[in-house]
Formats: sequence, C-alpha cells, structure tokens
Amino acid sequence: MHLIDLTLNKEITKVEGSATLDVKITNGKVDHCRFGISEYKRFYTQAMRGKPYRALPTLLARICGTCSNAHLLASIEACEKALGFKPSHQAILMKQLTMFGLNIRDHALHLYLFAMPDMHGKDSFLEFDENDPEEHQILHDAFEIKAAGNYLSIIIAGRSVHAIKPQIGGFAGIPKPEEITEAVKKLTAARPAVLRTIERFMQAPDRFDRQTKFMAMVARPFSYLEGHIVSDQGDYIEEKDYREHLEHTIIPYSHASGYKFKGQSFMVGALARINLAKDTLHQQTRKDAQAALDLFPSTNVFHNNLAQAIEVLHCLDQSIEFLQTHHFETEPLGQPTLEEGTGIGVVEAPRGTLYHRVTIGKDGKVIKGDIIVPTGQNQINIEQDLARRIEELLPSDPDADSLQLELEKLIRAYDPCMSCASHFLKVRIDGAAVRAGQTLHQDRNQLVPQK
Amino acid sequence: MTNKATQSTATPTGKKLRIGWFSYSCCEDSTIVFTELMNERWEVWKKVLDVRHARVLQTNNVLDEMDVAFIEGALASQEHIDMVKKIRVLAKKVVAIGACACDGMPSAQRNDFDAERLKEIQPILNQFNYNKNVQKLEEVITVDVKVPGCPMNEQTFLTALDSLLTEFKIVA
Ligand code: SF4
Repeated sequence: MHLIDLTLNKEITKVEGSATLDVKITNGKVDHCRFGISEYKRFYTQAMRGKPYRALPTLLARICGTCSNAHLLASIEACEKALGFKPSHQAILMKQLTMFGLNIRDHALHLYLFAMPDMHGKDSFLEFDENDPEEHQILHDAFEIKAAGNYLSIIIAGRSVHAIKPQIGGFAGIPKPEEITEAVKKLTAARPAVLRTIERFMQAPDRFDRQTKFMAMVARPFSYLEGHIVSDQGDYIEEKDYREHLEHTIIPYSHASGYKFKGQSFMVGALARINLAKDTLHQQTRKDAQAALDLFPSTNVFHNNLAQAIEVLHCLDQSIEFLQTHHFETEPLGQPTLEEGTGIGVVEAPRGTLYHRVTIGKDGKVIKGDIIVPTGQNQINIEQDLARRIEELLPSDPDADSLQLELEKLIRAYDPCMSCASHFLKVRIDGAAVRAGQTLHQDRNQLVPQK
Repeated sequence: MTNKATQSTATPTGKKLRIGWFSYSCCEDSTIVFTELMNERWEVWKKVLDVRHARVLQTNNVLDEMDVAFIEGALASQEHIDMVKKIRVLAKKVVAIGACACDGMPSAQRNDFDAERLKEIQPILNQFNYNKNVQKLEEVITVDVKVPGCPMNEQTFLTALDSLLTEFKIVA
C-alpha cells in the first residue's frame, strides 16, 4: 500500500541554524516539498549602512558563527579593494592560513558531528562508544582534527571564530616561533586521522545523483581567496567582471523563488571545488588521496562530504608547508590609496562561494553593501533534490520518521548554514517566499509585488 | 587555573547533569566554541553530561526536566519567548550564553534602526510575525548565570560549568 497522505513539518536537526522541512504528500504524489529557513533575520544589510568601514568586517562576521572568519576575510577584501589597499605577501599568506584553519575545523565539525552519526545509525556524535575500538578511534580522530584546526586559527588569526588579528591592511600580529612548531606538530600528528576520515567517507553507502552545473572560484595552486570563477559548463569569469556576474547571475539566482531559474541550477561548495580544481591541490594531498580523487568529478551529492574530507587534507598539507617555509616578520598595516570607492570581496567559504560588496564614501562611512551567501545559492538545488528523493523513496513505503531521516541526511550532505542563509534579502520560511516589498500569493509560490 | 570540568581528577559520582543547549536569534557562535571546548574535554563531559535537548547535536530531543538550560541568542519572536518561558519552568538553572542572550546585541541591532531602515524591513517583520523589539533573555525570564562575550568567554563558561557540576553533586 503506497504512502498516500503524509505531512511533515519538523525542525531539521544537526545542521547549523534553524530550518524546517515542509513536505506534503497526497495520493502518493509529492504535493509540495519546501526547505524553509526559519532562522530569524538580523538585518545586516541595513545595519552596515553608515558604519565606519574599519568596523565593518567584525560586524559582518556576526552574520554566521561557524564561518565567521570567511565573512571577515571577504569583508576585509571588499574594503581593501574599495579603498586601494595592497595586501603584503605575508598578509596574503596569513589570510590563506586563516582559511585553512577555518576549513579544517569547520569541515571536521560537519563531517563528524553532523554527518557521521547517520552513517552509524546513531542519534548524536556523543553517543559513539569509547569502549568500542572503532568508535573510540572515530571520537579521537574527530576531536584531534578539530583541535589542530582550532590551534592553527588561534596562532594565525587570534581566534578560530570572530578572529581578531585579520584587519583591513594586514594582520595585527604574527605567530611566535614556538607556536609555529607546536602547530606543525599538531597538524602532522592529525594527518593519519585525516586519511582515516577520507577512508570513512569513501565507504559511505549513500548515493544521490544530481545533474547540475558546478561553480567555484578556482586558481592554480588551489586557493580559497583568489582566482577566477568557472563552471563545468564553460563559464569563465575574471575578477574584473565579478560585479557584472554578481548583478546578472548570482543575485537574481539566489532570489529566485520558482524551481527553474532560466533553466540552470548550480551547486557551490566542496564538491564543486574538487570537481573543478582537484588537479591544483597540494601534491602531497593528491598523492595520498589518489583513490578518493579518482571518484571526481562526481555528481553524487553525498560526495560533498568526501570532497570536504579531501580539502581537510589539502589545508593540512599546505599549512605545514607554509609554516615551515615562511619567515614571519612584524609588518605595519597597509594604508588606503583611494578616498572612496566600491569593492568586491569573493571567498570560497567552507560551504561555497561567498560574495561581499561594499561602497565606502569620502567620510569613511559605508554607503551600502551586499552579502550573497553560499547556502542561498544552493537552496534551489536542495529543494529540487528533496522532491526527487521523496519520489525515489515513496515506493518503499517509508514511515514519517524514516522519510525525515533520509531527507535530513541529504540536506546535511549539502552542509547548509541557516544563519548565513537567513541573511539574504529573500526569506523563505516554510516555502513562503517574500522579498522586502513583496508578499507571497498564497496559492501560487510566486512573488507578487506589494501594491 | 584549570577547571574541574577539565580535570580528570574530578571524580564523577555516576550522576549526570541533565542539560539542554538552545539557540535563538544569533549566529550560533558560542555553540561552535562549545564544540571546540569538547576537543580536550569530551571524555570527561561524556561521563558527566546528559544532553536532553540540543538540536545542533542530536535528532531525538526531549524537552523535559533539566538541571541546567544553556540559552544562546536574543529573542526575536513570540515563538522564541514562549519557548524560553517553557524552558524556564523545566530547568532548575538557566545560563545566558553570549552577548546576544546577555545584553541583546548585536542580534537586537534592528531595535536602533532609524525610520527609513525600519520601513524597509517592515514587510518581513509583518509577514513572519517578528516582535517589534528583539529582547535579551533577562527581559523575559529570570537568568541564574551569565556568560558574556561575543562569542562567549571560554574561561567564564568553564568556571560556570564547574560550579554547576559541583552544585548538582555530579563531581565530588
Ligand atoms: S553573542 Fe556574538 S557570537 Fe554569540 S550569537 Fe551573538 S553575535 Fe554570535
């Protein structure tokens, strides 16, 4: 007997921020399926106006806790580009190390605390049994990797969340020699745990194929901070054209409410990065993660987890190399060379491409700005996939709980971040899409301009 | 100065502290700090903490009696207020986590918006019944302990956790 009618409206767990899954099945057919971000907006686009630009990066870091350092660096870059700051070679290297610390900690948090419990039929990571040899190893590996990433962030950026050392124009301090030695020691010691992590996610049974365009900012060598934006369907956007790309592709896309947006949906994040740039990874990573890398390019959404595990190895190998080869020297902060201007900062945040744009006036105050977050770009894919996943599962007549679990597993593979997603102008709550000035027309999921 | 919650010498009495971790209008950053503090303390915490409710950590959450409820973030809607009132009844102690819970800011920044900005965000406030003002925890329920900081101050949190573990006779 097929599942005829089911309504699911439960809060999604083990994800960052709050979201609900709003699913209605009637006569065995998906009536609607919405992934609603029920995080309450805190209105940073409005709050940033009129602020002195020096205060902007630390303010905008508060958009999201888990990837605060990505927002911080993207906002710093936007301000530096707007006022003509030239970051020094060391500042660029320390920004890279800040991103490596962030990705090691944040990916490991997602892979172990959010995704891993599903793979072992557990409800929470803390339920893993330290008396069971394999589960003890998993517990140990998770916390060792996170601790190494956390320590690296602390010595480079001052703190692993809402960092204090990265400033507009450079860094307010450099790591001490003994801190560098300790970081290299912790990172090297954690490497076997990272290789085991890659192994574990290679074995992950889940599979969900999704035909889509993959998009990321890529460079040679692999970078989270520089490069040009490409897709696997021939798009190639250089930095000088980011403004046009932002205006005509990214902003309209992430505000789209209909399922189809000009017929193209795209995915950002680790899976996109590894699909598009796996050959630019650190050569040590490519050597030791060869078997995993052979699976890419991949259209299996669950390989977003495996791609994150590979990135942890890259960040670890690249950090060790930088820490061992660079001689850190105290440097004064750079100075602006322009009085006013508009700048765009683009960073590959853990969950995908993050855009910050700011316009700064002669008085040094922010006139206006935009922040376009990765989760907003992935949301349309997530909803389409959920609907298809339900249709795949319906014949096996799942009950509500197992359906909710399967759908949450797919959402977790995307590693969405609701704190960020609640930020973008269009708020989607239980499928009701509203843009400031427009209200939802109840029976049609279309935006209707407010009279 | 190390803390009992981190010292392996603290002898667990076998009882566990029933806790809940709740996040409202915030960036969930103190939650990240909490998961980082676990890196060196997970073995002790697994023995002394019984996590009743923590949406970010587990799926099967039970909202029943708790010894301590940790609440992060400010309160932006009636739904938030109803929840924290319910938590206050269920929890013997409530700990406000981070600046947003303790003082409201920065999540309550819209309280200070000028007329022009308020007009711009009004449609969203109406459509999704946000409260007129974002409130800090103390404006709605009594708070027993405060852990300020943006994100929460780690040392203050560990000290607070220690005194609670002692108070509830979880560690001797
Ligand atoms: S106090 Fe700071 S870190 Fe904590 S939720 Fe608020 S903004 Fe985020």
